[in-house]
Amino acid sequence: MFGWLTQTAALSALNLRSLPRRPGTAAVAMSGIAALTGVFAGVLSMASGFEKTMEGTGQEDVALVLRSGSTAELNSRFDGEQANVIRFAPGIARDAAGEPEVSAELFWIVNAVGKSSGTEANVALRGIQPNGYSLRNNYRLAEGREFTPGRFELIVGRGARNQFVGLEPGQTIRFGKTEWLVTGMFETGGSVFESELWCDVNVLQSAYQLGNGFQVVRARVDGPDGRLRLEEALGDDQRLSVDVWSEKQFYSDQAEDTAALITTIGLPVSVLMGIGAVFAALNAMYASIAARARELATLRAVGFGSFPTALATLLESVVLAFLGGVLGCAIAWFALNGFQASTLAASFSQVVFNFAVTPDLLARGIVAALIVGLVGGIFPAVRAATAQVTAALREL
Amino acid sequence: MARQLIRLAGVGKNYRKGRELVRVLEGITLGIEEGDFVGLMGPSGSGKTTLLNLLGGLDKPTRGDVEVDGKTISKLSSGALAKWRASNIGFIFQFYNLLPVLTAARNVGLPLLLTSLSASQRRKHVNTALQLVGLADRAKHYPRELSGGQEQRVAIARAIVSDPPILLCDEPTGDLDRATADEIMSLLQRLNRDYGKTIVMVTHDPRAASFAHRVLHLDKGELSKKPVDLH
Ligand SMILES: Nc1ncnc2c1ncn2[C@@H]1O[C@H](COP(=O)(O)OP(=O)(O)OP(=O)(O)O)[C@@H](O)[C@H]1O
Ligand SMILES: [Mg+2]
Repeated sequence: MFGWLTQTAALSALNLRSLPRRPGTAAVAMSGIAALTGVFAGVLSMASGFEKTMEGTGQEDVALVLRSGSTAELNSRFDGEQANVIRFAPGIARDAAGEPEVSAELFWIVNAVGKSSGTEANVALRGIQPNGYSLRNNYRLAEGREFTPGRFELIVGRGARNQFVGLEPGQTIRFGKTEWLVTGMFETGGSVFESELWCDVNVLQSAYQLGNGFQVVRARVDGPDGRLRLEEALGDDQRLSVDVWSEKQFYSDQAEDTAALITTIGLPVSVLMGIGAVFAALNAMYASIAARARELATLRAVGFGSFPTALATLLESVVLAFLGGVLGCAIAWFALNGFQASTLAASFSQVVFNFAVTPDLLARGIVAALIVGLVGGIFPAVRAATAQVTAALREL
Repeated sequence: MARQLIRLAGVGKNYRKGRELVRVLEGITLGIEEGDFVGLMGPSGSGKTTLLNLLGGLDKPTRGDVEVDGKTISKLSSGALAKWRASNIGFIFQFYNLLPVLTAARNVGLPLLLTSLSASQRRKHVNTALQLVGLADRAKHYPRELSGGQEQRVAIARAIVSDPPILLCDEPTGDLDRATADEIMSLLQRLNRDYGKTIVMVTHDPRAASFAHRVLHLDKGELSKKPVDLH
């Protein structure tokens, strides 16, 4: 019992000591495993970063009123009269001036050129009402000034400014037939809204001849049962056919869909790379035991057992994989953590988010690497243990 | 008369080469006494290495039994055999088979990792063994920094470090020049004479064989009847 433990330790030390004598195959295996771990951790951190952004968006006490059946702001629509009915419905909180804390908004898609890709992408241009600011958690003007109501002016979220060309405060940008002046840049604590451009909803209506139409009404609800009261009142109203969402729930539902999509695309890629990495590890380990066949046979002749020999080979493979995994994690960490990207979200507009390479994800990457090392090491370990000692000693 | 340490009774060994059966050893009956120094000669392919491997428990006979010190080792499991080898047999090979990544001292210390000795006890044993082969000053050298003769002496130190009663040598001087071969043979002779090691040595070199007490001849897998006396 104790015997084979010390034997395994001694043999493993020997194996690892001779690793540098086979730098080629060991390096191939390690980089294969590093690439796998990096991609795996990258995909997971992309999904988790996206989820973090989405889940950081929305408040429990803000209700989102959309046309019945709409799962996105984009395909919802009301006229001004309906928006007014919602505005004065029960369950909505009042602001300091005694007015309902409501913002009827438009969610319009415009095209902007991505800084890194150089190609056009969908960006959300949101028309808001004055209460729109206070309805967003953590809204803060970071640069410049807010847009002047009634003018073709807009403010840009920090993420949108970073990802797209021509959105610096002071610049003008053309969407369709209209020139807009960028007056400032805002933040909302890293939430989805930072991927958007905001302007006066009435100006947006006239820019795109939308009449008095809206797509969504945001409202702060009054107390814990406010949303329920609002939902009941709107449900009873014959003039409306709407759904009332908790803003928080709305965004976290959207997050799940897109994160699942990222994962379903990313995981098969990881699995394919994993298979490649297993073969690289397999190859490295076969090369390792072939190169040291005589040494291993000599050790067996001296009295080392076959089980410790197998175990030590397996351990060598796992250590190789671990080193590769650590390398992959380091790459993922330094190259991806905080790396900003944008993706087309369920809202059909680009959502800017940061890769979130967390210790938890790195641990999962290491576990994937260790599994590769184990799987890749099993057959070589069996071969090392069952090799004929006399035959190996005969070979030169 | 000394005690019989090794006994082979009607030992045969076959190898299967594809569909063909190769009879390598046939009807080997042999006794070796404790403290004997036996040379084993014969043409290439006659089965010398195969016989040595059977004596050392590296391989099992197809027929017959190999008995060492009253124990029928041909009936042991391979796990038990490994353990048995560790305490009973020291192997010495033609090409030394030292581990290139380890210093001389660590190479010599390898068999002690299979014992329950403490690190400091192991160091003491390694020093003693290296001193005995006259290489105490090369303890920290790697095999590539040693000459062939020195490498073989390190290998001999490794074979004796755990003090096994039997040394099995397969052409220990086969890769050495004459003067160096003589040094190695004197060393083996000393181990036999002063330390009581029982030695079985395969060799092609009559000069090396002359160091043995007696020489056995193997021809086509059988021990020839004619006694050979080189003295
Ligand atoms: N694993 C094996 N499978 C098949 N045949 C084998 C095997 N091992 C040895 N042989 C055969 O057994 C015969 C004896 O081999 P062995 O190595 O014992 O001869 P030897 O007397 O030591 O020769 P040499 O002087 O060249 O070292 C040879 O014909 C060899 O080809
Ligand atoms: Mg031979």
